[in-house]
Amino acid sequence: MGENTAHPYMANSVPTIQREMLDAIGADSIDQLFSQIPADHRTERPIDLPPALSESALSRHLIGILAKNRTVEQNLNFLGAGSWQHHVPAACDEVVRRNEWLTSVFGEPSSDHGRNQAWFEFCSQLAELVDLDMVGLPVRSWGTAAGYALRMASRLTGRNEVAVVRAIDPERLSVIRNYCEPVEMANHIGVRLVDYDPATGLMNLDDLRAAVGDQTAAVYFETPSYLGVIENQGAAIAEIAHAAGAELIVGVDPISLGVLAAPADYGADIVVGTIQPLGVHLNTGGGVGGFIATRDDERYAHQYPTLLISIAETIEPGEYGFGLSLFEQTSYGLRDKGNDWTGHSVYMWAIAAATYMALMGPRGFEDIGGVILQRAHHAARQLAEIEGVRVIFPSGFFKEFVVNFDGTGRDVGEINESLREQGIFGGKDLSREFPELGASALYCVTEIHTLNDIERLVEALRKAIA
Amino acid sequence: MSIEPKEYQAPVWHEPVIHQMGAAGRRGVLFNRVEKEVEAAVEPAESLIPDGVRRRSRPALPELSEPEVLYHYLRLSQQTLGMMGISLFGTCTMKYNPAVNEAIAWRPEITEVHPLQHEDTLQGTLEIVHRMDLILREVSGMDQFVFQAGGGAEAAYVNCAVTRGYHAARGELEQRDEIITTIQTHPSSAATAAAAGFKVVTLMLDENGYPSLDALKAAVSNRTAGLMVNNPDDMGVYNPEMKEWVRIVHEAGGLAFHDSANFNGIIGKLRPREIGFDACMFMLHKTFGAPKSGVGGPAVGAYGCSAELAPFLPSPLVAFDGSRYHLDYDRPQSIGKIREFWGNVPVVVKAYAWSLAMGAEGMAQVSDLSVLANNYMEKGLLAIRGVTRSHPEATSPRLEMTRYSLQTLKEETGVDIHDVQNRMTDFGIDAPWTSHEPWLIPEPFTPEAGEMWGREALDSWIAVLKKVSDEAYSNPEHVKAAPHRQAVHRLKPGATDDPATRAMTWRAHQRKTAR
Repeated sequence: MGENTAHPYMANSVPTIQREMLDAIGADSIDQLFSQIPADHRTERPIDLPPALSESALSRHLIGILAKNRTVEQNLNFLGAGSWQHHVPAACDEVVRRNEWLTSVFGEPSSDHGRNQAWFEFCSQLAELVDLDMVGLPVRSWGTAAGYALRMASRLTGRNEVAVVRAIDPERLSVIRNYCEPVEMANHIGVRLVDYDPATGLMNLDDLRAAVGDQTAAVYFETPSYLGVIENQGAAIAEIAHAAGAELIVGVDPISLGVLAAPADYGADIVVGTIQPLGVHLNTGGGVGGFIATRDDERYAHQYPTLLISIAETIEPGEYGFGLSLFEQTSYGLRDKGNDWTGHSVYMWAIAAATYMALMGPRGFEDIGGVILQRAHHAARQLAEIEGVRVIFPSGFFKEFVVNFDGTGRDVGEINESLREQGIFGGKDLSREFPELGASALYCVTEIHTLNDIERLVEALRKAIA
Repeated sequence: MSIEPKEYQAPVWHEPVIHQMGAAGRRGVLFNRVEKEVEAAVEPAESLIPDGVRRRSRPALPELSEPEVLYHYLRLSQQTLGMMGISLFGTCTMKYNPAVNEAIAWRPEITEVHPLQHEDTLQGTLEIVHRMDLILREVSGMDQFVFQAGGGAEAAYVNCAVTRGYHAARGELEQRDEIITTIQTHPSSAATAAAAGFKVVTLMLDENGYPSLDALKAAVSNRTAGLMVNNPDDMGVYNPEMKEWVRIVHEAGGLAFHDSANFNGIIGKLRPREIGFDACMFMLHKTFGAPKSGVGGPAVGAYGCSAELAPFLPSPLVAFDGSRYHLDYDRPQSIGKIREFWGNVPVVVKAYAWSLAMGAEGMAQVSDLSVLANNYMEKGLLAIRGVTRSHPEATSPRLEMTRYSLQTLKEETGVDIHDVQNRMTDFGIDAPWTSHEPWLIPEPFTPEAGEMWGREALDSWIAVLKKVSDEAYSNPEHVKAAPHRQAVHRLKPGATDDPATRAMTWRAHQRKTAR
């Protein structure tokens, strides 16, 4: 690539075109157009980067580096903990890679009609899973959704404390703590952690009653919980929260909702969760996304920080389109006076999830929930038969469960290293996050794991602890 | 530039909402039943669910075959104009998403990798993240970048959290409860500062198009936690006093953050750190070639800062010891997590690929061509009847954007910016961006040409606006009734906000229309 060779990404990188454009505006040089910038603001030395690569050299360079990764296709993976390996139908990828919406920005409802409809269908289908009438466009992660929801509750109640289940992903809790602001801030929201029952993994209701009071804006729990357990005391928790005048916020993994009751059915006021399991690849953690859903009433509608998209009639009788709703209450509309803030999110994953939910239908969700439950329980029981290995909460879980290795005399790091040598990614090490669980790991089994995979894991674990 | 614009016709599919499609019993995807051995060993699924939390009725989702779903969404994609025509959407830096980058980002070494895998199995990705960090350090002068934020606004939020951490470590957070910004800085700076618990002081513009130094001096005090400001701003105006601004804020004990949202106009020309800024933010989905992804991500707000602020950055950071890459979580002063895991890796990979394809000279050419294109367009646009420029007395060339007004057109014809936006789409032009709220300039529009579009595209855009202006003066009703050639017509005014009709889901719509 020689001097003055045009760059393939820049049509005007041909010198004669630039000369003609300069002539058209009556300027001598491009540099003259930067006259607003004082000389002492300009770079002290030029940017120093390696020479530009052609596409073939670039491709080879990138593939060479990426070859150092190991994938869950090359290995048998049991890691979940916030990023879960489910089957992504090829149709989801085909849809989501379309250049039309990949490169779109805010057009008009009429000119970007298709994308707006796809977003609306994301909200509408998720609404059926969570059994609620209002769903916002996605936010950047489950933790983000929980953080926003807790702040919504604080604004709704005028209170500044929240009760949060302790069996929570420490990453998500850290996100939540940032949303609740440090103690030095005037609007700090105090986070009171509610213990879980060491026998069942369920929320300790006595501890909840002690934590909830007249300053409690919200009670927050998740089902399945971070430790995998399906919380079955939702109605009792709702009663405690509501009796104190607090909102009940429940976090869910929507892939479970073909078989598990929707939290709204036992009293949740705000439902949040992940959208990654719905047709989005792991993407090295870049697949995460979250959502917020509520009943469709004014009280909640006016607290959403997210963008909302509404169906609406057009000026042509009988014709419908889709446009942003309640935009004025966002930070785009009101800057610092808006509801928290909005910005780039994961709207492409909304389109992937819309496709996924449409492919699944009611029976798909029912089937996948059943397959996951049976496979995960079978795996847990097979593992528990290994000497020295115990499943801490052996029943009432969905796709994740806690495996304890105290009886083997090995720590999780050692075991996972041995598994890795055998081509298996073992569960997430919990021993530092939850020391009371001992040498434990969080295993994830989904519809992608076959009986053969489970047997391979059992055999590998036997070797690892031998 | 004697182009006669031709109208475009969007596909009109009359595509129903997906809930109106399908038939009971159809399936789009199947899962094998569990193996016989598993069936024999464990109870039926419903018995594995605790009492009281089983789903009682199936969700009312549509039932469709796979091709019905696929073609439904492909038809919807065709009804999205986006960048298929010409999109010069201001502040969004509409840039080519190189096909090779998209292809690489979908390789299994990225999509089929779990973020909690052992570091030994992540060395390729960690290397790319670290190399991108080094590139951004070179471009900005900062000492460390982090990629956890899923967009520019979230990177502004990172800045607010880092600002809290920095002042808290010095015991001054309670006292320093104010963030200063300007009315022309993106709303997300003001909004994230407020959400982080700060009081927001917003400086207004003077006749030069930026706030005066005196306004800043009056705003700073021992309560100042920091300054959050873009430069150039969304009108292409560069504040030449910014070094003095940073000095004043530092003198008062505050931190200075450069929202580098508009860096496309200055990349290679200046480094935020050399101006004195403590931190900055690059949107990899704008300036560094990754796509906007349907307006809103997955995206990355790459946040960079000085060594002094680095201890407060979110965890983990990617570190390199000369032979091996690590995820460093051992950072006791870190603000923790802003978002789960360590960022939108596919977007970082795309931005790294873009940077390598450009090189230093290519990057410098990006700002050259963006600014040249903007000034070229300005010449053409200001020749159109009814178009004026903001701050006419500020005569030096604007950088990568110019803020225009159609107030004259509106006064003379009754046609407003929204009518013009809609009519332009009839020619395959993506509706131009107006301005952030509040509108300081009436009937605003703000094209950003960027470096990707060729002169012919710029000429076409100008010719379309000229055509619409001519129509406004000759046949205003035609413009006011636009669009005429899109998938659907304009929405009924107010229908998406009226509580009686607005419906964010199909089930809410069903309920409201059944009345």
